[in-house]
Amino acid sequence: MYTFSNRLKIASFILMAVGLIGIAVGFISAPSTVEEAKAIVASHDAHGDSHATESHGAIDAHNTHEAVNAHDEGHSSSHDEHLLHQLQNKPWAALYVAAFFFMMIALGVLAFYAIQRAAQAGWSPLLFRVMEGITSYLVPGGIIVFVILVLSVMHMNHLFVWMDADVVAHDHLLQGKKGYLNPIFFLIRAAIFLAGWILYREYSRKLSLKQDESNDDSNFKLNFRISAGFLVFYLISESIMSWDWIMSVDPHWFSTLFGWYVFASMFVSGITVIALVTIYLKSKGYLEDVNDSHIHDLAKFMFGISVFWTYLWFSQFMLIWYSDIPEEVTYYVTRIQDFRLPFFGMIVMNFLFPVLLLMNSDYKRVNWFVVMAGVVILAGHYLDIFNMIMPSTVGDQWFIGIPEIGAVLFFAGLFIFWVFRALSNAPLQPKRNPFIEESRHFHY
Amino acid sequence: MASHYEAPIRKALVVGDKGYHDVTVDIAAPVEGRANKHWWIVFSIALVAFLWGLGCIIYTISTGIGTWGLNKSVNWAWDITNFVWWVGIGHAGTLISAVLLLFRQKWRMAINRSAEAMTIFSVVQAGLFPIIHMGRPWLAYWVLPIPNQFGSLWVNFNSPLLWDVFAISTYLSVSLVFWWTGLLPDFAMLRDRAILPFQKKIYGLLSFGWSGRAKDWQRFEEVSLVLAGLATPLVLSVHTIVSFDFATSVIPGWHTTIFPPYFVAGAIFSGFAMVNTLLIIMRKVCHLEAYITVQHIELMNIVIMLTGSIVGCAYITELFMAWYSGVEYEQYAFLNRATGPYWWAYWSMMTCNVFSPQFMWFKKLRTSIMFSFFISIVVNIGMWFERFVIIVTSLHRDYLPSSWTMFSPTFVDIGIFIGTIGFFFVLFLLYARTFPVIAQAEVKSILKSSGEKYKKLRDAGLPTYEITTPLVGNKVEKVVEEQINEVIEPNEKDVSDLLGTLGSFNADTDTADDLKKVKGIGPKMEVTLNQIGIYTFAQVGKMTEKEYNLLDSITGSFPGRAQRDDWAGQANKLNSNK
Repeated sequence: MYTFSNRLKIASFILMAVGLIGIAVGFISAPSTVEEAKAIVASHDAHGDSHATESHGAIDAHNTHEAVNAHDEGHSSSHDEHLLHQLQNKPWAALYVAAFFFMMIALGVLAFYAIQRAAQAGWSPLLFRVMEGITSYLVPGGIIVFVILVLSVMHMNHLFVWMDADVVAHDHLLQGKKGYLNPIFFLIRAAIFLAGWILYREYSRKLSLKQDESNDDSNFKLNFRISAGFLVFYLISESIMSWDWIMSVDPHWFSTLFGWYVFASMFVSGITVIALVTIYLKSKGYLEDVNDSHIHDLAKFMFGISVFWTYLWFSQFMLIWYSDIPEEVTYYVTRIQDFRLPFFGMIVMNFLFPVLLLMNSDYKRVNWFVVMAGVVILAGHYLDIFNMIMPSTVGDQWFIGIPEIGAVLFFAGLFIFWVFRALSNAPLQPKRNPFIEESRHFHY
Repeated sequence: MASHYEAPIRKALVVGDKGYHDVTVDIAAPVEGRANKHWWIVFSIALVAFLWGLGCIIYTISTGIGTWGLNKSVNWAWDITNFVWWVGIGHAGTLISAVLLLFRQKWRMAINRSAEAMTIFSVVQAGLFPIIHMGRPWLAYWVLPIPNQFGSLWVNFNSPLLWDVFAISTYLSVSLVFWWTGLLPDFAMLRDRAILPFQKKIYGLLSFGWSGRAKDWQRFEEVSLVLAGLATPLVLSVHTIVSFDFATSVIPGWHTTIFPPYFVAGAIFSGFAMVNTLLIIMRKVCHLEAYITVQHIELMNIVIMLTGSIVGCAYITELFMAWYSGVEYEQYAFLNRATGPYWWAYWSMMTCNVFSPQFMWFKKLRTSIMFSFFISIVVNIGMWFERFVIIVTSLHRDYLPSSWTMFSPTFVDIGIFIGTIGFFFVLFLLYARTFPVIAQAEVKSILKSSGEKYKKLRDAGLPTYEITTPLVGNKVEKVVEEQINEVIEPNEKDVSDLLGTLGSFNADTDTADDLKKVKGIGPKMEVTLNQIGIYTFAQVGKMTEKEYNLLDSITGSFPGRAQRDDWAGQANKLNSNK
C-alpha cells in the first residue's frame, strides 16, 4: 500500500499556491481599458527593443510603421479594441491551455488503459493501478475545463469568438455553422463527453478493485467488454471534443485530421506520465515487480507515439502548405509569422529529442534517460496546445510569462495531489488479474 | 522474445496434439505432396483470367489509352482505383509481420508468411497499373531520377506521383527482404527433408545455406527486429503517399487532411479482409486448421472491425467537415457523392465498409468461418468502391457543369482488372505449392507456451518434454525379445510392391548401409528390413506414407513407428552425409 509522503504533499501545495499567485497576477495585470492595453504594449515594445537584436528591432519597427500608415483612424481604433481583447484573453488563455493540458494527460492515459484492457495485454497489468491513479484526475480536471467553458459561454472571456452574438451577426460563415457552434449545444456535448469518460473511468476502476476480492473472472471480463465499448465512444467523442474545445477557437479554420492529431498529442503525453509516475514510485521502493522491461516498453511507446505524432503533424502541415488554399493556410501563416519559436521549437522537442534520445534500445531502460526525454516531451506537448490556442486568442501578444507558468504550476500541483492521493487509496499491485503473472514474468 | 510463461486463460494457438515434428510434417506436406484436382482447377481459372488480362494489356499498349473508358472529365478511373486497391491490400502483410512482431502478438506467426506473400503479389499487381498507364511502358525508367545523359529527363520532385515510385519500390524491396529472411530456416527445413537432389539443390540455394547454428539464429532474430523497425514506418508511409496523390490537390473531396491516416487504416482494413479470404480457403485445402485456428480468424475479424470503425469515423469526419467548413464546393462534392448519380457506389461503400464490420461485435458471428469469409469478400468489394467513389465521383462533376459526365468502363478496363486478380491468384497458388506457407520455425518457438498439447501437459502437472528413447529398462527389452522370437513371413506381393517404389538392392554394385543409425531401427528391425530387401539409406529415404503402411503390414511390429520417427527424413540426411 502506497502512502502519500508528506514531502510530496507539501510540494504539491506549494506548487498550487505559487501557481495561484501567478494566475492572480495575470488577471490583475490584464488591462481593462484600451489605453491601458496600449500602454502595456508600448512598454513591452520599448523593453523588447532595448534587448532585442538589431534585426528583431527592425521587424518591430516595421510592424509599428505599417500599423500607423496602413490604417486610417477607424481601423486603428478597432485594432486597439482587438488588442485589448487579446490582452484580456491572455490570463484566460493561459489558464485554459494549462487546464486542458493536464486534463488531456488523464484522458490520454484513460485511452491507453482501455486499449490495454481491450487488447488483453499481458505486460501491463502491473501498471494498471498507476494508470487508474492518473485517470482519477479526469474528475477535477474535466470539471475545471467545463467550468472554464461555461464561463466562456457566460462571456467572462473572449476565448471563443463565435460565442459573441455580435461577431456572428456580421459573419456569414459563422451563421452557417450556428446549428453546431451554439453555446447550448456546445455545453451539452461537453457535458456528455465528460460524463462518458468519467463514468467509464469510475466503473472500470470499481471493477478492477472488485476483481482483487472476487473468486472468479467475471469482473475482469466485464471490464474487458466495457473497455471495448468505451473505445468506440472515445473514438468519436475525442474527435468532436477537439473540434469543439480547440479548433473552434478559430472558427473559420477547419482540418479533418485535427481530432486525431490532438489524440496523438494526448496519447504520448499520457504514456509519458505513466512512465514518470512509475519511475517515481519505483524509486521510492514501491512496485517491486515492475522491472526494466516494463519501463522499456513504456519508453518504446513514448518513442513510437512521438513519431506517430510527427507523422500526423507533418501530414496536416504538408497538405495544407502544399495546396495553399487561403482559408486553410492562414492557420500556419499565423503560426510561422508570430509563433516561430514555439512552433518549430515544439517539433524539435516532440520529435527530434525523443527520437534521438530513445532510439537506442539500452537507453530505454535507463530511468533517468526516460525521465529526461519525458520532461522534454511533456513540455513540447504543452507548447503544442499553446500553439493551438494562443494564436486565435491572444495573437501576437503571446508570451510565456507569469500567468502561463503560474497556471502550469497550479495544475501540476493539483495533478500531483490528486493522482498520488488516488494512488494511496488502493494496493499498487492488482492481485487477481488473470494476466498479473504474465506481467510479473514479463521480460523483453 | 517474451518469456515462455503464458496466462492460463489464453487459448491455445496451435490446437490438437501437435509436437515439434508434427509441425514440420504438416507444413512440409503441401510442398512435398502432389497438387490435387481442385488446385489444378483453380489454377487454370486464374491462369485464364491472367492471360485474358495480358491480352487486354497488350491491346492497350498497342492501341493506346483510348481503349479505356476515360474521358476529359473523368481522366483517372479504374486504373488508379485498381492501383490503390491493390496497394491497400498489401498493407496487412507488413502490418502482421512488422507491427504485430513489435507488439509481440504470437498469433501472427501462423499467418505472417502468407500475408507477406499476399503483400508482395498485390504490390506487383499495383505496380502494373502506373506502368500500363504510361502508354509506353518501355520508357518506364523515366520515372527514375537518372542523369541528363538521357536527355532532359529530370523528374518532377514536386509530384506525389513520383513519391509513389520511391515509396512503393522501397516497400516492395523491404517486404521482399523481410519475407525472405523469415523464409530462410523454413527453406532449410524443406531442403533437409527433400528427397530428390534437384529439390535439395533448389531449396539449398533458396535457404542461402542456412546451417541452423546458434549464430544463424541470433543474426536471424536481430535482422528480423531491425527489418520490423524499418517496415513499420513503411506501412504508414506507402499509403500516406498514395493518399497524397489526391490530398495535395485542390479538388473538393480530394483535398482533406485526414486522408493519410485514414488511407492507412483503410488499407489495413482491406488487407486483413484479403488475408481472411485467402487463409480461410488455405487452411482447409492445406489441412492447416491446427495452426490457423478459429481464434486466428476471430482476431483478424476484430482487426477488421477496428479498422472498419476507424474508416467509418473518417467518413463521418469528412462529411461533417465539408458542412462545417462552409466551403460550398466541398459541401457539394460530398452531397453529390451521397445523392448524385453515383449514390449507389457511395452507399455500397458505406454498407460494406462501415456497416458490415459491425457484425463482428458478436462473438457468434466473428467465430463463424462461413460468415467471416462472407464479410471478407464484402469488405474487399467495399474497399474497391471506396476508391472508385473518391476518384470518379470527385472528378465527374467539376467546376464547369458543361463538362459534367459519367464514366463507363470498357471491356479493356474490366479485362485488365480481372487479369490482375488472375495474376495474383496464379502467383499465390504457385506459392502455396512451393513455399512453406506457415513460418514453422516461428510457430515452433511458441509451441511450448501456446500449443494445446503442452498446455494440457502443464495443466496436468506433467513435464513438457518427451523421453524419446524408450529402449531402456526391462519391460521394453522384453517386448523386443518377444518380437525377435516371432517368425515373420513376408507377403510376397507386398514386398515386391514396396521394393518397386524403393528400388531393389544389388549386392554387386551397391554397399549396404548401417541402418541402425536411423533412430527407431534396432538390430532386429534391420534384420527384418534386410530380409525384405532394404539395405541402403537411399531406399529408406524414398519411403512415404504408403510405403510406411506397407512396411507395417509386412513386419506387423511397432505400427506407425517409422512415420513417427521420420525414417525417410533421417535416412536422407544420413545418406547425404555419407
